[in-house]
Amino acid sequence: MFTRIAQAAKGAMMLDAIGAIGLTLKYMARPKATVNYPFERNPQSPRFRGEHALRRYPNGEERCIACKLCEAICPAQAITIEAEPRADGSRRTTRYDIDMVKCIYCGLCQEACPVDAIVEGPNSEFTVETREELLYDKARLLDNGDRWERHIAKNLELDAPYR
Amino acid sequence: MPVAKVNGVEVEFEPGMTVLQVAERAGQEIPRFCYHERLSIAGNCRMCLVEVKPGPPKPQASCALPAADGQEIFTDTPMVKKAREGVMEFLLINHPLDCPICDQGGECDLQDQSMAYGRDGSRYAENKRAVEEKNMGPTIKTFMTRCIQCTRCVRFITEVAGVPDIGMISRGEDAEITTYLEKSVASELSGNVNDLCPVGALTHRPWQYHYRPWELKKTETIDVMDGLGSNIRADYRGSEVMRVLPRVNEGINEEWLSDKSRYVVDGLTARRLDRPWIRENGKLRAATWNEALDAVAANLKAASADRIGVIAGDLQDAESMKATLDLFRALGSKNTDCRQDGTALGYGPREGWLFNSGLEGIEKADAILIVGANPRVEAPLLNARLRKSWIKGGVEIGVIGEQADLTFDYAYLGAGSKTLAKLPKSAMDFLAKAERPAIIVGSGALNGEGGAAVLNALGALAKKVGVVTDSWNGFNVLHHAAARVAGLDMGFVPAEGGLTAAEMLKPGALDVLFLLGADEVDPTGSNAFRVYLGSHGDRGAHGADVILPGAAYTEKSGLYVNTEGRVQMAERVVFPKGEAKEDWAIIRALSARVDQTLPYDTLDQLRAKLMADHPTFGRIDYLPTPAAFDPSKLGVKGDLGDRAFTSIVADPYLSNPIARASATMAELSALRIAPVAMAAE
Repeated sequence: MFTRIAQAAKGAMMLDAIGAIGLTLKYMARPKATVNYPFERNPQSPRFRGEHALRRYPNGEERCIACKLCEAICPAQAITIEAEPRADGSRRTTRYDIDMVKCIYCGLCQEACPVDAIVEGPNSEFTVETREELLYDKARLLDNGDRWERHIAKNLELDAPYR
Repeated sequence: MPVAKVNGVEVEFEPGMTVLQVAERAGQEIPRFCYHERLSIAGNCRMCLVEVKPGPPKPQASCALPAADGQEIFTDTPMVKKAREGVMEFLLINHPLDCPICDQGGECDLQDQSMAYGRDGSRYAENKRAVEEKNMGPTIKTFMTRCIQCTRCVRFITEVAGVPDIGMISRGEDAEITTYLEKSVASELSGNVNDLCPVGALTHRPWQYHYRPWELKKTETIDVMDGLGSNIRADYRGSEVMRVLPRVNEGINEEWLSDKSRYVVDGLTARRLDRPWIRENGKLRAATWNEALDAVAANLKAASADRIGVIAGDLQDAESMKATLDLFRALGSKNTDCRQDGTALGYGPREGWLFNSGLEGIEKADAILIVGANPRVEAPLLNARLRKSWIKGGVEIGVIGEQADLTFDYAYLGAGSKTLAKLPKSAMDFLAKAERPAIIVGSGALNGEGGAAVLNALGALAKKVGVVTDSWNGFNVLHHAAARVAGLDMGFVPAEGGLTAAEMLKPGALDVLFLLGADEVDPTGSNAFRVYLGSHGDRGAHGADVILPGAAYTEKSGLYVNTEGRVQMAERVVFPKGEAKEDWAIIRALSARVDQTLPYDTLDQLRAKLMADHPTFGRIDYLPTPAAFDPSKLGVKGDLGDRAFTSIVADPYLSNPIARASATMAELSALRIAPVAMAAE
C-alpha cells in the first residue's frame, strides 16, 4: 500500500523525467564521441591493415622479387603470382594479382615479405560498385604503393621498434 | 659378414661399405653435400662427420671412411653435433642469404640441413665473398656465389657424361667451379648437374624463376623423347607442365635424364593444335568436331579399301595405335605402317626388334658392336651406360657407321655396308672370343633399300659369333622412337600386299592418307585427301585437308613399350589443350561414323582388347625374359650394296614435333650446329 503511494508521488513529481533530462544536459556539455566522417576521422594505429600496396625503392625500382612467400602463406589463397627473369636478368613478377574479395586482411602477406614489398596500407576506403573492380592486378597495387608511400613509410617507421 | 655398432645397435654390412653406408643401413640419417651414391667419393664438404671407435679422438668424414668389423659408430654424440654445427657455420660464411630469389629455395639441401643440423645464429660479421657468374650454356644457370664447392657437378660431367667441361680452379677461398673457357657444357646430360647441385649455384636455366617447388603438383609418368622410356616426374601448375625431373629406375635411366627429355616441356605449350580445322577452297577454316569427323568419314567411305592408308607417328601411345589399326583393318585396308623411317623390322619373332640384353644387361656384355647408331644422340642414357661399362673395363667396343665422339674409346671398323659385308678379322675375333658379345643396331643401318639385307647379315653374324645363346641374348635393336616397339608388337606394319609408309606417300598411291601424329615424313608429295591427327602444327599438319587436334604425351594415359620391350604406363598430367581430345577417343568417334564402330567405349576396354590380342602388353613394367631365337632368319638375304650407315637422328633436338616447337630445343640445336666461339680463339 505504502509503496503504491510512493510510486504515485514520484510519478506526479516527474522525478524520472527530470533525471533523464539531467543526464542529457550532462552529455551535452561533454565533448562528442562521434566524428563528422568523412570530414573528421578517428586516430588510426600504424599497424592498421587496410588496402594492399606494392612498394618501390626510392630509386623507383619495384621491391617485389617474386619469392612467392606471400602467395604461399596466404590463408585465403587470394594472391596469384607468376614470375620470369626480366630483361636485366633479375627475378620479377609478370603477374601479381590479389583477389580483394577473398582476402581476409590478416596481414600475413606483409609479415612474410622479406623486402617489405607487399604491405597493407592505411586506406580502408576502397569500396567499388562491381566485384570485378576488387580483383587487383600488379599495376593497381604498384599505383597504390606510389599513392600511399608516405603514409606507409611513416607507419613502418613507427612500428619498427616493436618488431 | 662383418658387424659394426651404430649408436649401440649392431648392423651387418658387406665388406667395402663406407661408414656412411653402414650408418644409413642402421637407419641413421647422415647429412651430406658432396657424397652421392652414383659418383666417386670426394670427401670435401665434411658435413658427414661422425665419431668412430677405435680411431683418433676426433670426428671423421664417414663418406670416405671404410667400415671395419667391430667398429663402433656414433652419430648423435655431443662431439658429432658440435662438429656438424661447426661445418655448417663455415659453409654459410660465404653463402649469400638470398633464398627468396633463389630457385633452389624450398628444395635446397643447404636450407634443410642448416635447419636440422646448424646453429641458430651467425657469428660472422665480415664481408662475404662474391664469385662471377659463369656461362655454362642454355641449360645451366649459374650463381657461383652460392657454390659450396661440393664438386658434384665436376664429378658428374667428368665421370658419367664423359665431357670434362666443368672443373674447379684455385684453392681455399678463391676456389671456383668453372668451364675454364666460358663455353657451354657440351653434354646431352648437362641438366643433371642442376639436379645434383645441393644449393642454388646451378639451376635450370629454361625454367628460371618460373615456379616455386611448393606450388607444383607431381605426376609420375613416362618420357617419350627417345626409345628408352625414361621414368619421369612431370610437375605441373594449373594446366601447364612446368618441369620434368627423372625418377629412379635402375633398369632404364638410373636417376639421370637427357636434356631433351627434360627441357622439351616448353614445346608442349607452343604451336599446339587446339581445335579441328577443315580445308575449304585451299584455305583452312576452324570447324567443329562434328564437321571435321563427318568430312573424314565421308572421304573414308567414298574411297575403296586399298586406296586408304595410315602412318603412325613416333610419339603415339599403344592404345591410339591399336584403335587406329583396328579401324583400318575393319575398313579392309592393308596400308598401315608405323615405321616412318622405313626400317626393315616388324616381321619374325618379337626378339628380332627388341633390345634383348636389356639396358642394364648391356653392362654385362664384354664385346659390343654398334652398327648404324649413334647412341649419344639416339639414346644418351644408353651411351652413359656404355661409358660406365667402358670405365669399369673388360669391354671392347667396335663401331660401324658414324665416327662420332661417343665419350668412350672404340675401334672404328668402317662406315657402312661394305664393312659389314666383309668384316675385318680383328672385329670377328673380338666378338667371337667374347663370352657375352652384343650387337647394337640402330635404324640408320636398317632403313631404306638394303635394310632387310643388313638385318639378315647382322643376324647371320650374330649366330656365327654366338650373340644369342640359351643364357645370353645380345642381339639389340636400338629404337629412337618411343612408339615404335608398341607398333611393331601389335603388327602396325603393312599387311600382306599393303603399302609401306614410303609407298603411301607417293603421288596417286592413295585417296585418303591418315597421319596419326606422323611428322617425320614429308606428305606434301601425296595428292590424297590428307587427315592429320596430332598435337602440334608441324610437318604432318602442314597442308592437311582435315586437322584433328589430339593430346600430347603428358595429356593422356597410355602404354608405351621401350626399346627393351618393357611396357610402361604413362599417366595424364594435364588435360589436352582447348577442344583437343585424347587420340583413341577421336578414332573411336570416327569409327562410328564410318559404320565400323570399334568394340570399346572406355580406355579400360580398349586396353583389355589390346592385352587380349597382344598378351605382351599386359606385362607392365616387366623386362621381357630373353628367349632364344634364331637371328639368322631375320630379314631377307640380299646384296648389302654400298651404303654408309648414318644415325637416323640427324639432330636430336629437332627430331619430333614437340621438340621443334620448343624454344629451348632450338637453342640447343643451334649450339650443336655452330658451337659458340671460345674466348681463347
